[in-house]
Amino acid sequence: MTETGHLGELQLQLRASPHLKAPDSTPRIMWSVVGSLVPVVAAATYYFGPSAPLVVAAATLGALLTERAFGQGGSLGDGSAAITGILLGLTLPPGLPLWMAFLGGAFGIGFGKLVFGGLGQNVFNPALLGRAFLQAAFPVALTTWPATEGGWWQLRGDNLALPFMSPAPVDAVSSATPLGLMKFESTPTDTWPLMLGDTSGSLGETAGLLILVCGGYLALKNYLNWRIPASIFGTVAVLSGLLFLLDSARFPDPLFALFSGGLVLGAVYMATDMVTSPVTHAGAWLFGVGIGALVVAIRTWGGLPEGVMYAILLMNALVPFIDRATQPRVFGTSGPGTGAEAAS
Amino acid sequence: MRDRLSFRHGVHPPERKELTAGAPIRRMPFPEEIVLPLRQHTGKPARLLAKPGDRVERGDKVAESDGFVSVPIHASAAGTVKDIGWWPHPDGSMAEAVRITVDRFSPQIPRPRIIPRWEGLTPDQVVQAVQRAGVVGLGGGAFPTHVKLLPPEGVAVDTLIVNGAECEPYLTTDHRIMVEYPERVHFGIRVMMHTLGVGRAIIGVEKNKPDAIEALRETLPDDLNVGVQGLTVKYPQGYEKMLIEALTGREVPSGKLPMHIGVVVQNVGSIACIAEVFETGLPLIERVVTVTGPGVRRPSNLIVPVGSKLRELLEFCGGLRKDATEIVFGGPMMGASQPDLDAPIIKGTTGVVVLTEKESRRRRTYPCIRCGSCLDACPVFVNPSLLGLLAQAGRFEEMEEANLADCMLCGCCSYVCPSNIPLSQMFALAKAGAKRRKQQAA
Repeated sequence: MTETGHLGELQLQLRASPHLKAPDSTPRIMWSVVGSLVPVVAAATYYFGPSAPLVVAAATLGALLTERAFGQGGSLGDGSAAITGILLGLTLPPGLPLWMAFLGGAFGIGFGKLVFGGLGQNVFNPALLGRAFLQAAFPVALTTWPATEGGWWQLRGDNLALPFMSPAPVDAVSSATPLGLMKFESTPTDTWPLMLGDTSGSLGETAGLLILVCGGYLALKNYLNWRIPASIFGTVAVLSGLLFLLDSARFPDPLFALFSGGLVLGAVYMATDMVTSPVTHAGAWLFGVGIGALVVAIRTWGGLPEGVMYAILLMNALVPFIDRATQPRVFGTSGPGTGAEAAS
Repeated sequence: MRDRLSFRHGVHPPERKELTAGAPIRRMPFPEEIVLPLRQHTGKPARLLAKPGDRVERGDKVAESDGFVSVPIHASAAGTVKDIGWWPHPDGSMAEAVRITVDRFSPQIPRPRIIPRWEGLTPDQVVQAVQRAGVVGLGGGAFPTHVKLLPPEGVAVDTLIVNGAECEPYLTTDHRIMVEYPERVHFGIRVMMHTLGVGRAIIGVEKNKPDAIEALRETLPDDLNVGVQGLTVKYPQGYEKMLIEALTGREVPSGKLPMHIGVVVQNVGSIACIAEVFETGLPLIERVVTVTGPGVRRPSNLIVPVGSKLRELLEFCGGLRKDATEIVFGGPMMGASQPDLDAPIIKGTTGVVVLTEKESRRRRTYPCIRCGSCLDACPVFVNPSLLGLLAQAGRFEEMEEANLADCMLCGCCSYVCPSNIPLSQMFALAKAGAKRRKQQAA
């Protein structure tokens, strides 16, 4: 495409039109997302001590090394593998053995992204796929929530356990997450600690308000499609509000539903992954409504206390169909574009 | 409510018109040699008349129109035909061209000619006069103007739209014409309204040219039903379909022409050119060209004889700066990179934009991340992301099903793509392939 002609001392370049380019670039978008996650990791560190950065770093290292080893040359620079690693780390409990976090990052990139053909080709959110793998492989470790008592600098749980050895007996005090308390003991948690993050749970499950602020920054820069979190929050609020009206003793109030578990992190950072969400605006609304409905359904009738991960992964699978159904009307025609067959 | 002064989607590249917006149009001296390619307009190339050794005066025909969708080409300076042969064409190919050595001592006065009185002419006669004068769309498309003046039977035209949007960044050609020759524009509109038999005309001008809007309004004759409308500044506001939607609210149906919804669009420069035909009798032999960009020393608006070489224009404008890397004919969104300083200015050349490394595109591309920016930019609402994936997979037939034909190659998708994928370039190739397949099938 680009050639250089020599005309005397002048070097002229030949390029295709348009000759101008808007300043945004894919690496800039990706690294901005990474940057916006720094305060979230910092908050997790504040609440969970040195375990938090260790788990995030282990997951990120797993993701980066896998991308480096099996990805196309130079693909580390686009920043997408770093996002996968950090996001995966934020979905894990603070006491998780580091080798498991590393393995999750490697699996997420390897089987969540690279086997599909690398950046832009994957169907499922790689970070969530990594977490789904860990949940299936190590169900106990993934649902052990050490209590936040003890010194700040103390490691939570068994971070330094050796790979494939039977873990040391947990002598730290264990505690349940707000959603677990709600589901199995019908004990609600106060709203303010929930929003600020002073509760038990995965690293990024806790600082809801902070995640909203960071996501708002990305939305302002147009690096994040605000329609997706907006429709997820709206759907969850409406559906859980209806349930709450039906039986306020059994079901939590909508504010609890919004700020408990991984909903905020999932809605703001996971569901909005550009590669695995719809490209059309109408599609984004549909996608969000679907996720919100699935989250409420799984939390209410499923066996697990939390369902954000499965809700997003299920809707990821539907994205090609959503895109196909929501193509805009082409200028000067009566119907949408018909190139739908090709979406797969 | 829909914004009546604009269209939906589109992009906002930096305008950079301040480089030349205030510079009065200056006349460039005649160069030593003029090169006139036979292919300067959309449609059939002109048929050669001149022979080497012929003496030509300024305004003499050197090539004749070949059919209805074709126009003649006239010598833009007096001199001697030196050679007829292949010469670099601004579209990047080689084209047959007439080379004229300009007579240095000629006064460059055209032969005396009869100036037709437009009031007494039938529409057919006006169409003939415009074709004979070699007038084409001066906004870049170079479509023969007279063809648009003769709607086929059964097509009723009610509105003439004059395109003064000039939405391409950097260019100020139409801007200066409207500021300096508003009366000529109105006179051209009068002739066109007479020919088309329409009672209404609208001049659409982007609001970043307030002096042009004011000049047109101040000089507007009382007996002429012409509206001067300011438009939202957005690319591609000057595209026919977008302009018509903004000014009339009508949508040109896919695959149809503006005529079919009762509208004819003419570029403001072409209108001024028609006015000149009926004022002086001179054919289209010179045009206004903006020479601009951060890579040129003295950005200017020039009247240039058609066939002047790029080299001459750049020299007249003080030459290139050291960091110049790319020379574009036309605007930077749609124009073509020039590999050769000997390429001539042709009838459709709106400007010469010299870019530096800072403005031009990077080379590195990334995979499509399905961000949807291109869907939000596309003014005709096709799915560039999908088309791009199909193009990369070589599935060209499916691209046609995905409304490739509605794409106007405006370049908005490539402009916004964060992965720097050359979308519109791929679509141009796919369109060429589709045309070839159609021809082979026929």
